[in-house]
Amino acid sequence: MLISTALVILMTIPGLALFYSGLVKKENVLNTLFLSFAAYAAVSVIWFIYGYELVFGSDIHGLIGMPLNPFFHSVIESHALYGTIPLSLYAVFEMTFAAITVALISGALVERVRFGAWMLFVPLWLTFVYLPIAHWVWGGGWLAQLGVLDFAGGAVVHINSGVAALAFVLLLRARQDKSLLPHQLAYSILGAGLLWFGWFGFNAGSALAAGQLATSAFIVTNTSAAVGLLVWMLIEYYRFGKVTMLGAASGAIAGLAAITPAAGFVNVTSAMVIGFGAAVVSYAAISYIKPRLGYDDALDVFGIHGFSGIWGVLAVGLFASPFINAAGTGLLYGNPAQLGIQAIGVVATFAYSFVVTMIIAKAIDLTIGLRVSADEEIQGLDLARHDEEAYRI
Amino acid sequence: MKEIVAIIRRTKLDVVKHALDELGFPSMTVVEVRGRGRQKGITEIYRGREYQIDLLPKLELNIVVRDEDVDRVVDAIAKAARTGEIGDGKVFVLPVEEIVRIRTGERGEDAL
Repeated sequence: MLISTALVILMTIPGLALFYSGLVKKENVLNTLFLSFAAYAAVSVIWFIYGYELVFGSDIHGLIGMPLNPFFHSVIESHALYGTIPLSLYAVFEMTFAAITVALISGALVERVRFGAWMLFVPLWLTFVYLPIAHWVWGGGWLAQLGVLDFAGGAVVHINSGVAALAFVLLLRARQDKSLLPHQLAYSILGAGLLWFGWFGFNAGSALAAGQLATSAFIVTNTSAAVGLLVWMLIEYYRFGKVTMLGAASGAIAGLAAITPAAGFVNVTSAMVIGFGAAVVSYAAISYIKPRLGYDDALDVFGIHGFSGIWGVLAVGLFASPFINAAGTGLLYGNPAQLGIQAIGVVATFAYSFVVTMIIAKAIDLTIGLRVSADEEIQGLDLARHDEEAYRI
Repeated sequence: MKEIVAIIRRTKLDVVKHALDELGFPSMTVVEVRGRGRQKGITEIYRGREYQIDLLPKLELNIVVRDEDVDRVVDAIAKAARTGEIGDGKVFVLPVEEIVRIRTGERGEDAL
C-alpha cells in the first residue's frame, strides 16, 4: 500500500504535470507544470488538517464526515488500523486521490488562468466539492448508502474533475490561440506512461491489500488502457488514414479513466468493452462535441475524464460481477437496479460538481479575476507571471 | 568578399557539406530555420484536428568567401542541394564589409 500510494503520487508529480505541459506552447510549459505541483502541495497540507476527516469521519446525515481530529491530531500516534493496514496509510493513500483530482482540472485552464486564481481555487474546490462528493461515495455518505459502486474514483475523481473543468472554462472563456500544437509531445507521452504505470497504484491499490482483488483490478486496468489505445488508433486510421502518438496516448488515458470505477468489479472481457467504449465516447467528445459547442477545454479534461468517467461508472452497473467482487452485481449478472443506482451517482456528481465549481469560479472571478491579461497570454505565462524561461540558448 | 546564404532541405546537409569539403570550403555556420516559399505546407493532426503548417523546417548555411570563389561555391551548393521538387530552397549572395578572426585579430581576406 505504501508503494501504491507512492505510485499515485507519481501520477500527479510528474505524470500528469508532464502530460499536460508537453501539449502547451513552449512559453507556458513551466506554468503548466506548476499548476499540478502547487495543487499537489496544497492538497497535501489541507488533507491532514481537515480533509481526511471530512471525507472519512463519522457520517453526518449522509452529507459530510465529522472532523474530530484537526491536524490529524494523535491519529498517527494511536497506531490505529484500517483492516490490515495502518489507518494513517489509508489516509495518505486517499490524499493522493484528492490531489490528482484537483490537478486534473488544471488541464482545461492552461495558458490563460491566473496562477493566483488557481491557488485560491484549489483549497476552495477541494473543500466544497471534492470532500463532500468523496464522502458521499466513499465515506459512507448518501450515495454509498444508495449502493453506488465506485472502486477507485470514476465519479469521485474523473466525472468530478471533468465536470468541474467544464464549469470553470465556461467562465474562463477561450484562449486567443486555441490551436493544439504541442511544443514537446514527447513529454506528454512520458507523462502518459507514468500515468499508466501509476494507475496500478490507483486501481489495484484501491483493493487495499495485495491479493486476488488487487490482481484482478491490475489486469483489467491494463486491459482497458490497452484496448482504449488500440481503438483510438483504429478510429484515427478510419478518419485520417494515419495513427498518431497523441491519439494513442489519449485512448489509453480514456481507457484508464473508464476502468477506474470498475476495476475491482469487472472481468477481463468487460474491461475490453469498457476500454472500447471509452475511446469511442472520448474521441466523440473531443472531435465532435467540443468543436460544436465551442468551449475551450484546452487539454480535454471534460472530454477524456468527464466522458470516460461517466461511461465507466455506468458500465459498472452493467458489468459488475459478483464472481469478481461479492460487493457488486450489475445488470448482466441479474441486477438491473444497479444501473439505475450508478446513474444516480453520475447525475448527483455531475450536478453538484458543476454548480458548486461554477459558484467558486465566479466568486474568484469577481474578486481577483480568473484570467491573465491579453498581453500576458500572448507573451506566455512563464515569463509574464513567473519571470522564468524553460528553454534558453 | 561575399556571404553566401543558402536555404536548403534538412536532408541535404550532409550532401552539401561533402560537396563543399571536396571543393575546399569546409567553413560554415548552420542554423535551423522555418520558412515558406512556394512549397505547399504539410498537415499535422493533434487530438483529431488537422492543422495546416506552412512554415517548414529548413537549414540555413552561411559561408563567407572571396569574390572570385562565389560562383564555384554557389554552383556546388545548388547542385548538391537540388532534388528537382518544389522546396529545394534558394541561395543568396550578400556583400561583406569586414571580417575579423577573433583568435588573432586578423582582418579582411586574411581572416577568411
